Amino acid sequence: MLAVTLDKIIKVYDKGHLAVDEVSFSVKQGELFGLIGPDGAGKTSIFRILTTLLLPDGGKASVMGFDVEDDFKKIRETVGYMPGKFSLYPDLSVEENLTFFATLFNTTLAENYDLIKDIYVQIEPFKDRRAGKLSGGMKQKLALCCALIHRPTVLFLDEPTTGVDTVSRKEFWEMLKRLKTQGITILVSTPYMDEATLCERIALIQDGKILSIDEPQNIIAQYPDPLYAIKSERMSELLKHLRKHPEIKSCFAFGEYHHISFKKDDEAVHKSLLQSLETKGHKQLDFKTMEPSIEDCFIRLMN
Amino acid sequence: MRSLLFLLRKEFKQIFRNKSILAMIIGMPIIQLLIMPLAADFEIKNIKISIVDHDRSVYSKNLIDKVIASGYFQLNDYSTSFEQSFQQFEANNSDLVLEIPQHFERDLVKLQEGSLLLAVNAINGTNASVGSAYLSNIIGQYNQELRKQGLSASIAMPATIEVATLNWFNPYLNYPFFMVPGILVSLVTMVGIYMCALNIVKEKEVGTIEQINVTPIKKHHFILGKLIPFWVIGVFVFSLGLLGVARVAYGIIPVGSMPLLYSYLAIFLIAILGIGLLISTYSQTQQQAMSLAFFVIMVFILLSGLFTPIDSMPEWAKVIANLNPLTYFIEVMRMIVLKGSGFAQIKSHFLAMIAFAIFFNGWAIINYKKTS
Repeated sequence: MLAVTLDKIIKVYDKGHLAVDEVSFSVKQGELFGLIGPDGAGKTSIFRILTTLLLPDGGKASVMGFDVEDDFKKIRETVGYMPGKFSLYPDLSVEENLTFFATLFNTTLAENYDLIKDIYVQIEPFKDRRAGKLSGGMKQKLALCCALIHRPTVLFLDEPTTGVDTVSRKEFWEMLKRLKTQGITILVSTPYMDEATLCERIALIQDGKILSIDEPQNIIAQYPDPLYAIKSERMSELLKHLRKHPEIKSCFAFGEYHHISFKKDDEAVHKSLLQSLETKGHKQLDFKTMEPSIEDCFIRLMN
Repeated sequence: MRSLLFLLRKEFKQIFRNKSILAMIIGMPIIQLLIMPLAADFEIKNIKISIVDHDRSVYSKNLIDKVIASGYFQLNDYSTSFEQSFQQFEANNSDLVLEIPQHFERDLVKLQEGSLLLAVNAINGTNASVGSAYLSNIIGQYNQELRKQGLSASIAMPATIEVATLNWFNPYLNYPFFMVPGILVSLVTMVGIYMCALNIVKEKEVGTIEQINVTPIKKHHFILGKLIPFWVIGVFVFSLGLLGVARVAYGIIPVGSMPLLYSYLAIFLIAILGIGLLISTYSQTQQQAMSLAFFVIMVFILLSGLFTPIDSMPEWAKVIANLNPLTYFIEVMRMIVLKGSGFAQIKSHFLAMIAFAIFFNGWAIINYKKTS
């Protein structure tokens, strides 16, 4: 059974801005699904439609077989949602927040304690502290506990790792993997491409449109050309020179290196490129082959 | 029902943790009720007067003594030229100039008539109108006394009509008696509208409303969970003002029935909280809610008959005043507290307030949509 389905979902905001443009995808039960895209791609709008906070302007969507428009009450009983922005009561303590949300779902902290235990033990020493006074990582753990307190069948996590340090991000993904073993379907959105490989399947999204949906490895395998990385002393000039070079198919800045691919890929072309760059005064050229990452795929699909 | 109880518990917990709201609930009614009625006193005293006396006779002296002895006027300067007094006028040192012409006494005795010039500094409208009215009254009394003394026996006394005023329900025209109940109403309004609107908008601003909305909680439970705490606080503030400050500081003890007064308060608070809820549905941030609430409260208070009588307002303002819940509660307060009116006299007020409560809450609930 499919946990989540979207069929040509459209959301138009004021002034005709198309935030979600005929998006269709589905998520299997028990899957860890990632929605990957930059800020403003429409990730949050999709999440808000699926959690019944926003009505779509077109198309059909369902969660656990319930329609987001007609059966929104049923959906609210079964999903857990963790918004991108910390949105628990800052003036209530950790424990009070948890108890409060448990009560709203007609359950108790004790009833589902086993599900959140791993996460809760980390914040339990601070259970009497006001939620507003917690550190960023702690807030995130508390928010996750609150979203899990009623043992949801589908968990929606909107940019859970944005603004969280690297260690906490790693920890967080470990927690998600453990939750998956409990049979919970997890939808997570993130602007960080490096997190994409941690999901089972991903959808790349840009300007409200889905670019590609597949397992991360398949998306990477579909990258058509061999990819190379190149760097020199003067990176910005190097980028200009590379873009002007007739043999270059694509070229973009990627951290320390520029990533390039060739129109016709052979040793002779590589040599002639390096020579022409040296004549243009680039020193300490470093040229090597490169495994494409999700980000490379994303940039290729984007253009 | 259980989730409503938990919502209420959470709401009260949050309110009691917020020190500034607590201070507002307890401090505001006490401080405002102690300061406002004394300062916002319409009985005008200490009107500064300049007197220009060209006559300097016994009669003019008597008149001046009478004016000063009335207690309403303070002699600013006493001169012999109008120009000199006018300078005081221009410097804003005096509010009124009374000019007594030369031969005032002679004309009164011989011609049976005298004339006086009264110039008013109309920069301060209230001071000007009230001051000149007081002064005319005093001059009129003086005139009558002169007639009674029989200035000249040869002239027959014209009949005079004496008017005696009796102030019912507030015999000594004690100003706080009149103002305190009204100010108490405006206080309860402020607490109700501001707190209710800001609290709900805060949930929007912080984002907690999103979390609440994805839970299966019912719409009406959420709204009731917001309204009930502020209803309770409204009753508390009102009681603190009426049974505490008004009784202890001003000795105001309601003449009428307390259950009647509190039943009216109960309906009034529902109407007022409906306005707060309505404001919250139109605002996204606390700043917006604050500005909107401030505007609404300002109009409500100024057009409620609290400071200026509604009867003297222009027709269009009367229409607004009649659509203002405060107007009705202030009237009911004054009627029950000062006059001891019973249910029969305020039946129409009850109906009006029930209509307000249904109207504002209905509008707010239609506008408050759980799914946008």
